[in-house]
Amino acid sequence: MPDERLDAEELARLRELGQRFMRGVPHNKALGLELRAMSDARAELLLPYDPRLVGNPETGVLHGGAISALIDACCGAAVFQALQKPMAIATLDLRIDYLKPAAPGRAVIARAHCYKVTRHVAFVRGVAFLDSEDDPIATSAGTFMLGTRTTSRTEGAA
Amino acid sequence: MSPTDAWLQQVVAEARAAGDPGRLAAVIPYAQTMGISLRLAPDGPHAGELQGVMRFGEQLIGNPMLPALHGGALCALLESTAIFQLLWESAPPATPRTISLTVEYLRSGRPVDTFARGVPTRQGRRVTNVRVEAWQDDRARPIAVASAHLLVHSDEGPVKFEL
Repeated sequence: MPDERLDAEELARLRELGQRFMRGVPHNKALGLELRAMSDARAELLLPYDPRLVGNPETGVLHGGAISALIDACCGAAVFQALQKPMAIATLDLRIDYLKPAAPGRAVIARAHCYKVTRHVAFVRGVAFLDSEDDPIATSAGTFMLGTRTTSRTEGAA
Repeated sequence: MSPTDAWLQQVVAEARAAGDPGRLAAVIPYAQTMGISLRLAPDGPHAGELQGVMRFGEQLIGNPMLPALHGGALCALLESTAIFQLLWESAPPATPRTISLTVEYLRSGRPVDTFARGVPTRQGRRVTNVRVEAWQDDRARPIAVASAHLLVHSDEGPVKFEL
């Protein structure tokens, strides 16, 4: 059955991408990010609650920086999904609006959609939430440069 | 929105009395995890100014091919530095809470220590705007800049709407 084969292929691809995403990117691994879903130009990531990522030790609320990193990673994953072929990307700019604090003890989910890809630049929207995308913790808009260099230079210009 | 957390006020007061902003960063678990600390610039034209420092560690890498720092890690340094700047120097009426953060990535972050400096550009009664720059070896070549809007108003007490 061709459909079943495609589904199995798709699942294997997602699993492989997810593993590469975790193993290949030390900061994603340090945050414990989990790739939950990927489809055309979209990605969904989960940031598990972790006391090491708390910004206010009295309330136990996660630091905004951890949410930013989650959103940045999710937007990058969405860009990879939108590209015809794999290439290096780099965040050009990212704006994040913090609508309300994350709840202590709760994992945060991020979804991103790369809604436009041009020759040099990809445009991405993102949202972070606990239960529902309709009740967000944070929203974002960002742009990524495509086809950035993949080897290091002695002088650090991107 | 509550007034500045009492415990945080106390930490700031103690850190200021000791002339050691590092004590402030030391109580924030996320700052510890990220290797973010605070220092007063030791010498040169910027001696004495508050600076955020993110010590390089493998866990900060976002692109292992280059290698380059994760954009989220730089976000963390920039945002933390903006908040610490307000706590340290301007004693805001409430614990600053980030409303929005816009980060522009100018150069890839190499696997070395990164420094940041926040400058409040407009301090309103309710909202403060802080510009933050992050650099590595050469301060004249920032690797990222950010603009942050922070809510510094306490809901306790009347709000007068004015521009």
